[in-house]
Amino acid sequence: MATHVLESPNQAPAPKKDSRMGGGLLDPKQMIRSLPDALRKLDPRIMWRNPVMFIVEIGAVFTTALAILDPSWFAWAIVAWLWLTVVFANLAEAVAEGRGKAQAATLRAARRDTTARRLKARDPGQWDVVAAPELKQGDVVVVEAGEIIPGDGDVIEGIASVDESAITGESAPVIRESGGDRSAVTGGTKVLSDRIVVRITQQPGQSFVDRMIALVEGSNRQKTPNEIALNILLAALTVVFLVATATMQPLAIYSKSVNPGVPDSLALNADGVTGIVLVSLIVCLIPTTIGALLSAIGIAGMDRLVQRNVLAMSGRAVEAAGDVSTLLLDKTGTITLGNRQAAEFVPVAGVTERELAEAAQLSSLADETPEGRSIVVFAKERHGLREREIHGAAWVPFTARTRMSGVNLDGREVRKGAATAVMKWVRDAGGHPTDDIGHLVDGISASGGTPLVVAEKGRVLGVIHLKDVVKEGMRERFDEMRRMGIRTVMITGDNPLTARAIADEAGVDDFLAEATPEDKLALIRKEQEGGRLVAMTGDGTNDAPALAQSDVGVAMNTGTSAAKEAGNMVDLDSNPTKLIEIVEIGKQLLITRGALTTFSIANDVAKYFAIIPAMFAALYPGLDALNVMRLASPQSAILAAVIFNALVIIALIPLALRGVRYRPSSASKLLSRNLYVYGLGGIVVPFIGIKLIDLLLQLLPGMS
Amino acid sequence: MSPTLAGILFIGSLLLALAVCFKPLGDYMYRVYSGTRHSAVERGIYRLLGVDPDGEQRWGVYARGVLAFSVLSVLFLYALQRLQDHLVLSLGMKAVEPSSAWNTAVSFVTNTNWQSYSGESTMGHVVQTAGLAVQNFVSAATGMAVAVALVRGFARSKTDTLGNFWVDLVRGTIRILLPIAFVAALALVAGGAIQTFAGHGTWTTLTGGEQTFTPAAAASQEAIKNLGTNGGGIFNANSAHPFENPTAWTNWLTIFLLLVIASCLPRTFGRMVGDNRQGHAVVAVMATIFAASVALTHWAERSAGGTVPQAIGAAMEGRETRFGVSDSAMFASATTLTSTGAVDSFHDSYTALGGGMLIFNMLLGEVAPGGTGAGLYGMLVLAVVTVFVAGLMVGRTPEYLGKKIGAREIKLASLYLLVTPALVLAGTAVAMATATGRAAMLNGGAHGLSEILYAYTSASNNNGSAFAGVSVNTPFHNTTLGLCMAFGRFLPIVLVLALAGSLARQAPVPASAGTLPTHRPQFVGMVVGVTIILVALTFLPALALGPLAEGLL
Repeated sequence: MATHVLESPNQAPAPKKDSRMGGGLLDPKQMIRSLPDALRKLDPRIMWRNPVMFIVEIGAVFTTALAILDPSWFAWAIVAWLWLTVVFANLAEAVAEGRGKAQAATLRAARRDTTARRLKARDPGQWDVVAAPELKQGDVVVVEAGEIIPGDGDVIEGIASVDESAITGESAPVIRESGGDRSAVTGGTKVLSDRIVVRITQQPGQSFVDRMIALVEGSNRQKTPNEIALNILLAALTVVFLVATATMQPLAIYSKSVNPGVPDSLALNADGVTGIVLVSLIVCLIPTTIGALLSAIGIAGMDRLVQRNVLAMSGRAVEAAGDVSTLLLDKTGTITLGNRQAAEFVPVAGVTERELAEAAQLSSLADETPEGRSIVVFAKERHGLREREIHGAAWVPFTARTRMSGVNLDGREVRKGAATAVMKWVRDAGGHPTDDIGHLVDGISASGGTPLVVAEKGRVLGVIHLKDVVKEGMRERFDEMRRMGIRTVMITGDNPLTARAIADEAGVDDFLAEATPEDKLALIRKEQEGGRLVAMTGDGTNDAPALAQSDVGVAMNTGTSAAKEAGNMVDLDSNPTKLIEIVEIGKQLLITRGALTTFSIANDVAKYFAIIPAMFAALYPGLDALNVMRLASPQSAILAAVIFNALVIIALIPLALRGVRYRPSSASKLLSRNLYVYGLGGIVVPFIGIKLIDLLLQLLPGMS
Repeated sequence: MSPTLAGILFIGSLLLALAVCFKPLGDYMYRVYSGTRHSAVERGIYRLLGVDPDGEQRWGVYARGVLAFSVLSVLFLYALQRLQDHLVLSLGMKAVEPSSAWNTAVSFVTNTNWQSYSGESTMGHVVQTAGLAVQNFVSAATGMAVAVALVRGFARSKTDTLGNFWVDLVRGTIRILLPIAFVAALALVAGGAIQTFAGHGTWTTLTGGEQTFTPAAAASQEAIKNLGTNGGGIFNANSAHPFENPTAWTNWLTIFLLLVIASCLPRTFGRMVGDNRQGHAVVAVMATIFAASVALTHWAERSAGGTVPQAIGAAMEGRETRFGVSDSAMFASATTLTSTGAVDSFHDSYTALGGGMLIFNMLLGEVAPGGTGAGLYGMLVLAVVTVFVAGLMVGRTPEYLGKKIGAREIKLASLYLLVTPALVLAGTAVAMATATGRAAMLNGGAHGLSEILYAYTSASNNNGSAFAGVSVNTPFHNTTLGLCMAFGRFLPIVLVLALAGSLARQAPVPASAGTLPTHRPQFVGMVVGVTIILVALTFLPALALGPLAEGLL
């Protein structure tokens, strides 16, 4: 089943611990739907890009010719299964690609038929109507409510609510306005209200949607560095086995000639090993399993990101995500909930906590800031003070000048706010606050909190401790990261004191306080200098240099187009915590590749034990000792090995698409587990599989 | 003492002696290759060669140094043999025939020491000492230099230089090989090996017959022959000859010599990369393969069936009585697991499976512990490939010792692993496919095939031992085997140096909990597995038609 990201609602934003890397499972219908594509890929001009499977195809053509010249039941059976091997490999790739096709279709629909009102000058009254694809960088268009934004750009005038669900799947509209970090709009999204003027920032045909379509379709997929390296190793192994089988021929001819009493068999005659059997041996030995699944693994890795609403602009970035050793996380929104919340009421001497709580609550009842709300909530939770309906109160709102807010009620005046402002207010009213309050304020500041002083006319009551609240489960996540060998660094604009307190509470390894964009960039450079790969998220224009410098730069979709341009991934949900999931997906991709390579090579052991005795046991009966599986006959042994080799590709397609199971743990533990499953399993499974296939085959005629 | 117990004591004491040497010799070699001071003698040599000993070389320059030096050595050796009849102390030997001279020249320069001639009836004193013995030193030192250059590739970062070939060559020869060989030669003389430049002599044998014999400087040659994993004997019978290897304890010493440098180089490697545990892991891989191979060969030899062996209680054909089955098998394993190729028994007389093990030892690429230097660089390339295949399973792109194994690195490592099998198999196939090649076979059937396979395996892997049973001193085999030796030596060396250059350029990736640990038993097991599976898969068809066909009854 293809997951229609664009129609599904926003997925759970906060990553859950132990959430298994999911992904669409394989559906037989999907296979059948992809079959035409798989057959189309048999074209040698496409096949040659996959050297391992290209060899199999050449072998299939060759054996087909041999079978036509000298037909036999056995020959045709081998020919059929060799062709199936190639088709299965193509099917794996086609299925992986097919999953992106549906998404691409939806996106295309959004792009089609859009027209734009292009302003001729900065005069809003004069425009001409052009088709969206004709827009060039720098054109200025006007978009009104109900219209589709014709291309990527920045709002230069006006404010509007925009429905971005075509891109993000999120149905709630977002605000886009000129200036600041919320000025970027994406082509294909719809303006719901008001009117904006947009300067187009994209080149024709290179819009975000265009790139998304290309990405989900995998049409311009480039091989990643590790994939290239793995292909080289696979090609080398293929050459080794080609040499091994080709050079076997003179040895076989000689061995046959010195044993003239042995009759010709279907595997061996005076001309050596027969063509059909030789090709079967080559196909069984070269790493077809991983060769068939390699590109599907890569496409599926990108697809898993898409399912989490993350668009990777290159496969290279996904691979780099697995290698990341330093994560830069913005404090606000990523590590903390983003708002300070009341955590404690600290009264001065002579005032009870309840008294303070009551005053604090009273002063905040009309305060709609998140901090104010949190004080009311905290008073209720801790002291059972319910919200009250109050009549006749005069609310004193917060201003930047007074730096405090409060209420005047029945002659009683209550204020809360910054320490200096409130103290001044108290002194002005003739009060004499003690030193006591100064110590409390300093203590809270030192612990990283924000102190709000509460006072009545002429009398200080105490201090509200406002605190950054760390999201639940973050400490466990960071512990997990540490076990995976990843260092987490918190980035914050707070002062070092506050930063340290939050860093300690959240359990990050390090922090960068009072961070400016330049500091961020310098930190990334420093980490990279030491050979570390750095991942970060960002949304503002001033994040762009750091995003560009980092190895994995995830731009928030709500961010500016400069940020999106600089990063190599875009998170459509704009959820910075997702960076952790991205790293896991990168690792899972690499593990899947390694596991299937190991499995593929380990498989060869059993195939040798099937084919070598089948070829030569007639010549040297002692070699029958190698037939440990006790396969019925040479024909059934060779055919069973070829069939197993083909079926294992089909059997592993779901694994290639889903990725192997990944639980964050140390390298050593991961390796042990995967070695047992895919290394040892890779040796054992084919012995069982070939034997079972042989048991079935021997029932067929012509197999004994 | 039962033969089994004697065998165990022999092997046990050998391993103990190697273990004792591991740290001091490894550390000593580390200091030799890392030091910055030059002795007066060395400075003199550098001046003579016209090289700046403090000039660092890029990999290409380093490789050109190796190749130029080797080509000149081949030409010099060839000329020396062809002009032998004009030389003093030639003992009246004739000029060596061209194809044999080519074969011998390549053979000694490539550290193979395959001998298609019979030493005592072909070579005079000058060729033996000024030609062949000198190559015994410098070809071994060249191998060590290349290994050290590769290790520097891992140890260094953000540089494009790998050291200076001439300095590594000279230091390896003067500071490592010469002193050890000198002491060993004295010990061998004490054990009864001969050391003389006398001419032909005639002796009366026990049965009263007359025998003409040319004595030689055997002890000194014997010492470096084994220490440098060369293997070219001064006499045709090689280490089976009583004047080269007179007693059971000189036999022990000989085996010790041929293992000692290759076994201790991993320590040098660990020191150079700044993590001794990495060196221990490498030596553990070598020791595991070594132990398994020795055990299997012993099992095959001691359980020898057949009428005659059972009548006399052991498979003694082709063995010296002073060594017996067990010590001979030990020597044979050690000589094929290193690139030595010296023999103290007749490998052709081994059981089919025992002989098959000897072939398999060489097919492994001689990495357990391998030739001087060649063993270490071969093993490190295997480690690189292992890291690449299995390292992905930890969820990072592969890295070894902080260096990323990317496309360029894996290309070089893959080509390295491709060269030798291609040479072995192509050589064997050509020999078996051509009438000229087959004409040299003295035996037919599976055993004859094993003999040809052994010859090309030995040459391509620069081992030099022979199964015999093939008249290899023919233009066809001299030429093809010579080509196998040359390509089998220098293609891998160039690839290893290119790999070293590529690694040295990288900035190191710091290790973390997410990094594949390459010092644990887990990794040791993986390298052993990859090594054996890769070799077994490549050569099983050939082995099936040779030793396996003969041995599985």
